[in-house]
Parts: sequence; structure tokens; C-alpha cells
Amino acid sequence: MKRKSYFTFAVALMLCLTLLVGCAGQTTKPTETDGPATPSGTDTAPSESKQDETDPGTSTDTAPIKLGGIGPLTGSAAVYGVAVANGAKIAVDEINALGGMQFELNFQDDEHDAEKSVNAYNMLKDWGMQILVGTVTTDPCIAVAAESFSDRIFTLTPSASSPAVVEGKDNVYQMCFSDLNQGIASAQYIQEKGLGTKVAIIYNNADAYSTGIYNKFISEAADKNLEVVSSTTFTDDTANDFSVQLMEAQKAGADLLFLPIYYEPSSLILAQADSMDYEPAFFGVDGMDGILTMENFNTELAEGVMLLTPFAADATDDLTVSFVAKYKELYNEIPNQFAADGYDSVYAIYEALKDSNVTAETPANELCDLLIGIFSGGDFVFNGLTGVDMTWSETGEVAKAPKGMVIENGVYIGMD
Amino acid sequence: MTFLSYLISGISLGSIYAIIALGYTMVYGIAKMLNFAHGDVIMVGGYMSFMATTNFGWPPLLSVLFAMGVCTVLGILIEQLAYKPLRSAPSLAVLITAIGVSYFLQNAALLIWSPNPKSFTSVVLFDSVRLFDGKLIISGTTIVTIVACIIIIVALNTIVNKTKVGKAMRAVSEDKDVAQLMGISVNKTISITFAIGSALAAVAGVLLCSAYPILMPTTGAMPGIKAFTAAVFGGIGSIPGAFLGGILLGVIEILGKAYISTQLSDAIVFAVLIIILLVKPTGLLGKKVLVKV
Repeated sequence: MKRKSYFTFAVALMLCLTLLVGCAGQTTKPTETDGPATPSGTDTAPSESKQDETDPGTSTDTAPIKLGGIGPLTGSAAVYGVAVANGAKIAVDEINALGGMQFELNFQDDEHDAEKSVNAYNMLKDWGMQILVGTVTTDPCIAVAAESFSDRIFTLTPSASSPAVVEGKDNVYQMCFSDLNQGIASAQYIQEKGLGTKVAIIYNNADAYSTGIYNKFISEAADKNLEVVSSTTFTDDTANDFSVQLMEAQKAGADLLFLPIYYEPSSLILAQADSMDYEPAFFGVDGMDGILTMENFNTELAEGVMLLTPFAADATDDLTVSFVAKYKELYNEIPNQFAADGYDSVYAIYEALKDSNVTAETPANELCDLLIGIFSGGDFVFNGLTGVDMTWSETGEVAKAPKGMVIENGVYIGMD
Repeated sequence: MTFLSYLISGISLGSIYAIIALGYTMVYGIAKMLNFAHGDVIMVGGYMSFMATTNFGWPPLLSVLFAMGVCTVLGILIEQLAYKPLRSAPSLAVLITAIGVSYFLQNAALLIWSPNPKSFTSVVLFDSVRLFDGKLIISGTTIVTIVACIIIIVALNTIVNKTKVGKAMRAVSEDKDVAQLMGISVNKTISITFAIGSALAAVAGVLLCSAYPILMPTTGAMPGIKAFTAAVFGGIGSIPGAFLGGILLGVIEILGKAYISTQLSDAIVFAVLIIILLVKPTGLLGKKVLVKV
């Protein structure tokens, strides 16, 4: 009997180890995906990462300004967080190589979980974060933004697009379109270009991003006399079978299917519509971006799909070309718009600060007031990967023109 | 006609649930434990088949066999490493271990295959069937899924009821200690059960990904939970019960979506489950067990 309980104990110990192995997997993940030169990861050793960050050849004596970053580096939304972290990392390296103002980026994982995101935020605060680039996804960002508002830390989210992120917080700014703007812009675009007369919508009603766009689209469509004949929903848990939603749209005679959702369910919708012989025009928003980079995806299914997105990896301007080349070289992938958002966020902060005399010693709250003044001042115009002549309103929303894209022969082509 | 096509989608989804539920029910019926890692073995099966067809360029049928082989080994390995040492531990400890194994598999997949979703090419090669002037379209995958489900259920029933191994399984299920005294190797029997359950998981994984062609480390999680529900619905431990539960769950889900509300489809499924369990606590075909205090 005694031996048995000893044995059980040993097994329990092994079990704990199994769990730890799982954890270890999670913490090493970011460093692995980020490539060899990434200082991120959970074990933060400021002195060590400082050496990583600042290139000894070009760096000056200035201590780097501490940028915190938060996003899902593991878990189901990891594709977004990893992209933002990689993009931001490239921007930081480029800026540091220029000499002058130096940045140090510490990117933490939140697994797309609000509670873990706040934990990561507190950890970064202990580390001495002066500016926050994050968080990547909406729900965690709402939680973290409330904290950074009371702590007076300037927050620029690359990709959390819900209006709730910036609402009532003067220190929180967005690099991406807000959901409201996407909903309005989509309805206008469809109506002006005459892309469809009867619109069906499938959206994720468990997701603030998707419902936000949907609500705004519906009200804008009513103003524009755009007829919405069917709107059906799904949740993350029922995101595999879309036959019912598609059949309803087909029965209602919809000639355009609006998909304010991410590309994973979109890929299933495209495949299932194809197997039903249903061929409406498909119109997506920025979440659709990424569908072409899905491994083994049959791009014929996406032929003719239209989307509004701020960034296209095949654009031919110098900035995009050099960014895409660098990203491919470092991470062996074509960057999506989230990577571009991360890159732009760091550069926007750099552009805003480069003429000021802030240092690593400037307290976060002073930096916060300074950046709020610059971003909402009205004179600050930023040109980046995700748009030209971007300006910010006092509420924190960005104003930039959406680009209409259509997928032809497996690549994005500008529609305008 | 629309109703008929909804019904067919429901049966197709239900057949996948049923195949997964069979794995749950086999293991529960014989080893008396809930193998929550089952859903993640499905995911591994999907990735194996994906690698075989996309990376190695193997033909679809071979890829299914490859996935079954790998999952069988994985299932036995999980059983030997994680569950066998806990054979005499309280069932709660085993349950927690199963959840641990599930997380381990998901995170391992995240490391090996990255979180980026992959698009799965269906292993079913023949075309959709069009009936009534193209008003009713049944995809090849749907037909194969339903046929596979029926073949599996017949085969499992034969194994459990007609073969020597099946006899051993039933004996272990009735009473482990007595079975041991009768000269049945309990460990070996449970290993075989896991092997069969995991091979089924591989088939389910391939069919799931063929019907809904997206593959992520979390692919198996939700279907796993739904199938577990189906197994409880039909009476856990009962093979025909898992089949019935799976099909009903799929049909209720699709019809609920179509005629009541797309928003409430899961709520409807689980409401039906609660009602059934209130009326018949052991599930539709579950055995009544009298417990002496």
C-alpha cells in the first residue's frame, strides 16, 4: 500500500512536469518564431536584450526608450500577435541602426486572453515600459487600455479596432481602422461601385470586431438604399458548417456576400459555397487579409474576392518592397497587414518623438502627455505601410483611405 | 427540398460527431475513464494526413492509413505513459491527466506546425452528386463520411460482440479484478481499446478536415467536446448510443440553425441534451446501473 502511494506521488510529479513542458513550449514559442535576433519572450533580462537591440557598431551612448508590446504569441490568435511582434521588431532594428534615438522592444504574450494581457501589462510596467505598442487583439486591449489610462502610459494599438478600445481614453490611439470606419467604408464602396444590389451578410456574433462592423454596415446600408436580404451568424464554436447560412443567402437571392470576419472561417465559406454551386460576389474587410498565405489554400476559390485592406504585400512602392523583402528574409513568410500595422506603430511613435529631447529617463506620464499633444495636435501626419497622410482624431481613431483590392490569379490587385 | 438538404448536412456533420463519439464511448465503456485528449488525437490525425498528401505527395488513401498508424501508436503511447500508471488512482486524477495530455498535444502541435491555419485538401476525390435537376447537391465527402460511419459502427459491433478480444473487452468493462483472475490481461485489453479509439480518431480527423477544410492546433477541441456531448446524449459506454447521439446532435444543430436561429444553434443543442438527461439520466441507450451503497 505504501509503495503504491509513493508511486502515485511520482506519477503526480510527472504529471506536473508534463504541464510544465506545455508551459515551456509556450514561453519558448515567441523566441522561436521571432527568429534569432528577438529579445522578446517571457524571461526578461533588460541588460541582455539591450545588447541584442542596440547594434554596437552604430549605437550612440543614449539609453533606449522602453517600448512594451502585448499580443497573442501562442494560442488560436497567435498568427496576429506574431505578425505584429515581427513587424515591430523590424521597425525597431531599422530605427536603432539609424543611430540617434534608440528603442528597446519587450513583447509579451497574452494568448488573446484579457486577464493574461493585464498580467503582461503589469510585468512590462515593472520592467519600466515608457510607451505601450499594443495590445494586438480587441478584447484584451479593452482591458489593458483601462489600466494604461489610469497609469498614464501612452498606448498605440496596432490592430485592436473596436471603438471601445479608444472610447473615453485620451491616451489610447489606433493604427488600424476602427470597426465603425470599416463598416461605413464597405457599405459606401459597395454602393458607389455598384458591386451588388442584394447583400447577404455572415458575421461572427461572438466577436466584438465582427459585430461592430456588421452594426455599422447595416445602418449605413439603410441610408444608402443598399438592400440587405439576409444576415446570419456563427460563433467561434460553430465556425465549421456554413451550409445553412449559405443556403439562406442563396434562397434570398443575394448577389453579394459581405463577410466582416477573419480569413479562417472565410476560407471555409468560400469552399462550401463552391461545393453548393453558389457564386455570389464576395466582399471582405481587413480580417480577410491572410487568406492567400494560408498553406495549401486553393487560391482559385478566392478568385474575384474583394476586400478593403490598408496594406497589400504586392504593392510596388519602395517602403512596402523593402519591408516585404526584409520580412521574408527574417521570417520566411509574406507579411500580412498585422505585421505592417506593428511596423507602422513603432515608426509613428518614432516620427512623433524624433524631434523632441525625450530620453530613457523621461517618466511615462510626461511622455504620455507629450505624445497625446503631438498625435491629436492636428499637424502630425504620418506616412507608412498601411496608408499615406494618416492623421489622428482626439478620440484616438485614425483617418486614412481604405484600399479596395480584388484577388486575381492569386494576388491582390488594386481596384481603384 | 431545402429541408432535405439541411437534413443531409445534419447527417453529414452528425456522422463525424458519431465517429469521434465512438472513440470516447469505447474508452469510457472499457477503461471507465474520459479521455479528453481524444479531440487532440483527431487534430494530430488531420496533420498527419495533411503532411502525407501535401509534403510527401502520397495518395489520399495511403495518407489515411498513415494517419491511422501514427495515431494508433500515439494512442498507445499516451495510455502507457499517462494513464496506465494511474490505473488505481482516483478517477479525478485520471481526468485531470487527460486534460493535461490534451493541452500538451495542442501546444506541441503549435510548436511543430505553427499557429497558422492550413488549408486541407479533401481526401475524397469523387464529385458531388446532383439530384432533382441540381436542386439537391450532395458532396462526395458527405457520402464517404456517412458510409464510413456505418462501416465503422458495424465493424466495432462485430469486434466487441463476436471476437475473443471483444469478449475480453466486455469482461474488463464488467469487472477488472475478476477479469484478471480469469486470465485476461487487463492492461493489454485497455491498450487495444486505446489503439482502436485512436485509429478511429485519425479517420474522424481526416473526414472532419475534408468536410471543413481548415487545420489548426485547436481544430479537434470543439468537435471533441461536441462529440463527448453526443456520447453522453446517446448513453456513454454504448456503441449504438454514440452513433445515435452523434447523428441526432448534428441534425439538431443544423435544423436549429436553419429554422430557429443561427445565433442560438449551440444553445438549442445543449438545451435538448439537458432535457434528455433530465428524463433519461443515462442517455438514450445507456444502461441503468444500480449502485449499492
